[in-house]
Amino acid sequence: MVYGIIELINFAHGDVFTLGAFFSLPLIGAFGLVEGQSSGPGVWLILLLIAVIVMALNGGVNVVIERVAYRPLRNAPRLAPLITAVGVSFILEGTMYVWRGASNVHYPDVLPSTRIPLVGGASLGVKDIVVILTAIALVVLLSLFINSTKLGKAMRATAQDREAAQLMGIDINRTISATFFIGAVLAGAGGMIFGLYFNSVRFDLGFEAGLLAFTAAVFGGIGNLQGAALGGLVIGLVQVFSNAYFISALTDVWIFTILILVLVFRPTGLLGMQVPEK
Amino acid sequence: MRPLSGRTLKTDAAMRWAGNWFNDRNRTLFTLLIIGALVFPAVADVTTGGEGNHLINTAADAGVFVLLALGLNVVVGFAGLLDLGYAAFFAIGAYTYGMFASGQLLASPLHHEFHIPFWVMLFVGVGVAACFGVILGAPTLRLRGDYLAIVTLGFGEIVPLVVQYLGAGSPIGNWTSGVNGIGAIDPPKLPYFLTGPWVGAPIGLVKNFDFTGSVAYPMDFYALMLVLVAICVVLATNLYNSRLGRAWMAVREDEVAAAASGVNTVAVKLLAFAIGASFAGFAGCYYGAKLSLVSADNFHFIVSVTILIMVVLGGMGNIPGVIVGALLIYVTQFFVLTNLPDWTQALANAVGLSGLNQSHGDWVGLRNEVQRLNYLIFGLILVIVMVLRPQGLFPSRIREQELEKGTEEQAVFDLREDET
Repeated sequence: MVYGIIELINFAHGDVFTLGAFFSLPLIGAFGLVEGQSSGPGVWLILLLIAVIVMALNGGVNVVIERVAYRPLRNAPRLAPLITAVGVSFILEGTMYVWRGASNVHYPDVLPSTRIPLVGGASLGVKDIVVILTAIALVVLLSLFINSTKLGKAMRATAQDREAAQLMGIDINRTISATFFIGAVLAGAGGMIFGLYFNSVRFDLGFEAGLLAFTAAVFGGIGNLQGAALGGLVIGLVQVFSNAYFISALTDVWIFTILILVLVFRPTGLLGMQVPEK
Repeated sequence: MRPLSGRTLKTDAAMRWAGNWFNDRNRTLFTLLIIGALVFPAVADVTTGGEGNHLINTAADAGVFVLLALGLNVVVGFAGLLDLGYAAFFAIGAYTYGMFASGQLLASPLHHEFHIPFWVMLFVGVGVAACFGVILGAPTLRLRGDYLAIVTLGFGEIVPLVVQYLGAGSPIGNWTSGVNGIGAIDPPKLPYFLTGPWVGAPIGLVKNFDFTGSVAYPMDFYALMLVLVAICVVLATNLYNSRLGRAWMAVREDEVAAAASGVNTVAVKLLAFAIGASFAGFAGCYYGAKLSLVSADNFHFIVSVTILIMVVLGGMGNIPGVIVGALLIYVTQFFVLTNLPDWTQALANAVGLSGLNQSHGDWVGLRNEVQRLNYLIFGLILVIVMVLRPQGLFPSRIREQELEKGTEEQAVFDLREDET
């Protein structure tokens, strides 16, 4: 989403995602959540509270990053911010590396692992439901925000034509900062969910996640929210099916081959609109 | 420069010539680079007390990245196409050489070893990489810039994975040795008409260039690297000044306007892609011969990004700038940052803080702490340099002028000029 507005491939996004997981780690300990505890409504409340704190922290960090590394380069050639993005990504990874070391960090398993049986022998874990519901809720919230608030409108205007937006009295700096904040909030939530679901995080986790996230965004059509969600879904499905049924060593090959084929036949992504060349 | 008239003193003319020469920053850079490259082996040998081979070896490795940065510069700097999967072409070049100049293909369904000489394979590698450039470019080059970036990124991920997969146990046989990589690749050999057997004693200088275990071994590769880099620099400079180079710039600045002016944009972009890829193929062959080992691990996304950093940091589109950028990044990444932990340890010992070197509790000892900081330091360097010099360290003159007059969205000659 950040991409749609400032046209910057943000390599650091994946690391912001990891940062979300790393921020939530000490918080979970601080709130006294222990592994294997039965789930009362209290646990959910605490998790929600932690999620809010993590999101706020993450958003703050990303706003600072934007301020320091991207804003001075807003009028520079396009590739300069790309390189600072790589630099920021290294800095974040380095910080997390110094903080937690190079190995996998265990993430407390606080979500209940009960499974709800479905028809036909399939079953659905509580964890899965939490992930799906959170994802849906966040996408809906984000859609609402972008489409019906004033700030959301400002964002869309900035994405379309920055100068024209500025002429209409939109504070570009504030809007872009807000975009980064929201992007980081979502990434933070994602990171925390990742930790809760897979129970193990690593400092360089975000690099590939960031690549896949970017791929998903392009897949669905840049700057298109539903498209990004759809792209994420398709990539996730391809990943799972390939791991299970096809040659798992070639999972990424399938993903990128499909991506290239889609782009060859639909050059603006699955749901992308035709953008006239300037 | 004005033609010399009879009245001008010869020394005067020479002075002016020298003045003009060094007025141009690029020429100064080139001169310094050439002198540096020629003097480097001697300096390395003297400063380390005759143990300079290690340094020369490092320099010969750095040459690979200079070649790669020169090639990517054609794609990104000249033609303005963002390529995030450049290492794929590098891999293709290296594996082409590896497969046809080692015992590797004995294990493949061909059941035959190939030992084609390095000099032939240089051209084959260039050709194969260029072909892959066309194969990737032909369907995808009509995509807008950022979609192109993601497609190249995808290609860059696909190639190492496929190469890794085509090892032992793949359905179509063992072509690449998979994760182990191809080892024991032939070193280059000078042809017989240069090395003898001649009548009488062979000329020492030529005889020593056998690229194998002789004393001057890294020096051989260093010399070869210089020749290859020189060839590429000449090629790239001529391309830049050619009709094609101007077409690339036109496409970079405004594709629609370029097309309207009669530039065949698709062909021009495709050529940029293929030529960029062929440079990588060239570099790949040299790399395979130098290391005598190629492994898919050396061609991942991070390599593509490193090359891109070299190009952008050095100054996109400017050949000496790119070379300097490549050397600086290489030195920072593979020399300064790898040795920094040892240096800090030595420093701490020297100033009497050796207590810092012991590990206790969370502190793992100064050496390891600094090692952990490597990523962070490299990131900081990147951010600081880019914020201070967004156009790169040594940008090309034309781009510099563009930047003074506007961002990449506006043309060089913009309505804004009226305001000033």
